[in-house]
Formats: sequence, C-alpha cells, structure tokens
Amino acid sequence: LNTQLDLFWTFVKIGAGTFGGGYAMLPLLERELVEKRQWITQDNILEYYSVGQSTPGIIAVNVSTFVGYHRSGVFGAIISTLGFVLPSFFIISLLASIINQLDQIPQAQSVLIGIRVGVAALLAQTLLSFSKKSIKDISGLFIFLSVCVVAWFVPISPIWIILGVAVLGGPWYWIRKKLKTHRNTPGPKPPTKNQTNQTQEER
Amino acid sequence: VIYLQLYWEFFQIGLFSVGGGLATLPFISAMAQRTGWITQQRIVDMLAVAESTPGAIGVNLATYTGWTLANFFGGVVATLGLITPSIIIIILIARILQTFESHPTVRYTFQALRPGAFGLITVAAVGIMVAVLFPWGSDQIANGFGIDLPRMTLFLIVFFMMLRLKTWHPVWFILFSGLVGYLVF
Repeated sequence: LNTQLDLFWTFVKIGAGTFGGGYAMLPLLERELVEKRQWITQDNILEYYSVGQSTPGIIAVNVSTFVGYHRSGVFGAIISTLGFVLPSFFIISLLASIINQLDQIPQAQSVLIGIRVGVAALLAQTLLSFSKKSIKDISGLFIFLSVCVVAWFVPISPIWIILGVAVLGGPWYWIRKKLKTHRNTPGPKPPTKNQTNQTQEER
Repeated sequence: VIYLQLYWEFFQIGLFSVGGGLATLPFISAMAQRTGWITQQRIVDMLAVAESTPGAIGVNLATYTGWTLANFFGGVVATLGLITPSIIIIILIARILQTFESHPTVRYTFQALRPGAFGLITVAAVGIMVAVLFPWGSDQIANGFGIDLPRMTLFLIVFFMMLRLKTWHPVWFILFSGLVGYLVF
C-alpha cells in the first residue's frame, strides 16, 4: 500500500506542477520519476510518450496511466491518474465557483472581455506553433484542409470526422508507402477522397 | 440523470480526442452547441482558466464544464468520464507495448489523425476568435464590418507580444489582457 500512496502523491505533485498539457509535463516526469525516484528510465518516458500519442485520449493522462501501470499494475494505473487530475480538480472547482458568479458584476465584465480577447490571441499563437508540428507533408495538408472545410460547413460531430480520417487517411498513408517502395508497380486504387491528393503526390 | 449524461459525453471525448492540450476543445464546443449546456462565451472563460492554472488543459476543461453544469459532483463525473477510456486502453495495450506503436496500422492511422485533429482544433479556435472579435455577429456588417476595433487592437498587441516573448507563461498574457480590459472596456 505504501507504494501506491507514494505513487498517488507523486502524481498529485506532477499534476500540480504541470501547466498546459502533454509536453509541459515532460520535465516534471523526468525530475520526479527518473532522477529522484528512479522508478523508470529516460527511455521509458520517451516510449510512454510515443504510445500516449498513438492512443486515444489526452497525452498527459495516457502517460500517467502508463507509469502507474508499469509501477504497480491496474490499481497503480488508476491511482496515478486520479492523483494527476486531483489538483486540477480542486483548483478549477474553486475558480469555477467564483468566476461563474462574476457575470453579475459590471467591472468584472470588462475584465472578462479583456481576458477573452487575450485567450483569442493565445489560440492564434497556439495554432501557429502547432501547424509546424502537425502538418508534415502534402497528404497531411490535404487532410487538414478537408477536415477544416467539413468541420466548418457541416454540422457533424467531431467523432465522425476523426473516424473518417482514420478510415480514409490511415489506408492512404499505407498505400503511399507502398507506392514509394515499388515505384514501378502500380499500387492499389486509393479511396476516392484522396484521389486528387494522389495526383499531387505523383507529380 | 445529468451525471450519467455528463459521464457519457466526456467518456466519448476521452475516447476520440487525439493528442494533448487543446485536443478536447472541438469536442467540448460541439457538445455545447448540441446540448446548449454552456455558451460559447463560457467556453472562452473556461479556456482562460484552464490555460492559467496547473494541470492538463483537457482535464481542466472537463472539470470546469462539469462544475458549470452540476457543481462539485458534475466536475468529478466529467473528469472521471474523460480519463476512463485512457485508463482502459492503456492497461490493455501496456502488455503489448513493444509491438503496438510500431505496428503499421497504428502508425499510418495516427499519421493521418494528427493533421486531422489539428484541423478540428483550428475550426474550433477560429470559431472562438470570430465570436470574440466580431461580437455583434455577421449581420452587423454596416458597423465597420462588425469588427470591434478596441478588441482587435488588443488582440493584435497580445498576439505580437506572444511572438516576441515566447518563454513567458500564458498566464501573464491573460492577466495583462484582463487588466487592459478593466481599464479600457
């Protein structure tokens, strides 16, 4: 039980120290888990990150679950993830109860308007820095643009869009790889959605 | 009943959002439009808080949405819903870790999913920016094309500050914007 308490407490600290998500957590994981406790190695962390990115869900939560599982099984996985979300939980609950009351106060309104504008700028900046990491080739750009058009104009749940991208885009990347390795042999017909894309690739 | 619904909504979000940070935003904003549970403005306030406080943004957003809808237990239920799929999936694949991420199907699928998820985030974020900077809606085009000039100015100032001061934490920009808002708006 001591191991589990330790695990829980460690992730409470990591949760309280992480601002943002995903990669913001990396330095804390290194300090707490690799250097101080030596539960896992640097390589383990990178491994967890690559899996955390290749599985559904928020990266930070996935990585917490992973470390916990590695450390003490299913129970450890649950404990460390709960530990990670606990600080968010208390801080947000506190702030939410305050901020949701602010609507009635006029001065607070103007502060909130300023803050909203600030958030808009923050979003613009995030998009800019994400774009380099997320779009790496022409196929990626095509997927990105298709998703933008569909999501903007069609009132459809993002779930269907994600599923659509997985079903159409996954095979496309596979086909493209095949085409690259056997330049001379004609590849199988790609899904219709990617037809235009294929001609661009082959040029 | 609201708890069950909330849990289910966030379970789906946890299952289908890919990546970190803002990955949950498009889902939350779609959920808000569909159910009418929260307004677009509330989402922006939630983002401000989620980005300025400790914890992963996705988790913070979930807790906040849950809290707004059904107070303390709403927050608990939404957060648990969000993390349940992760826990189940990770536990299942932890055994086959070595083969999982290098498996071609997984690799190709996520190669496609990353730009796709980014597209969703872009649409949600642009929607928010438009709502903030064009507060009167698109029908008020006569009014200087509906642009709120003071807001646009502040937006550009903060945006260029961010480009220059990359190492600064978002919380400072948000506090700065709040201060300017207090003085100007």
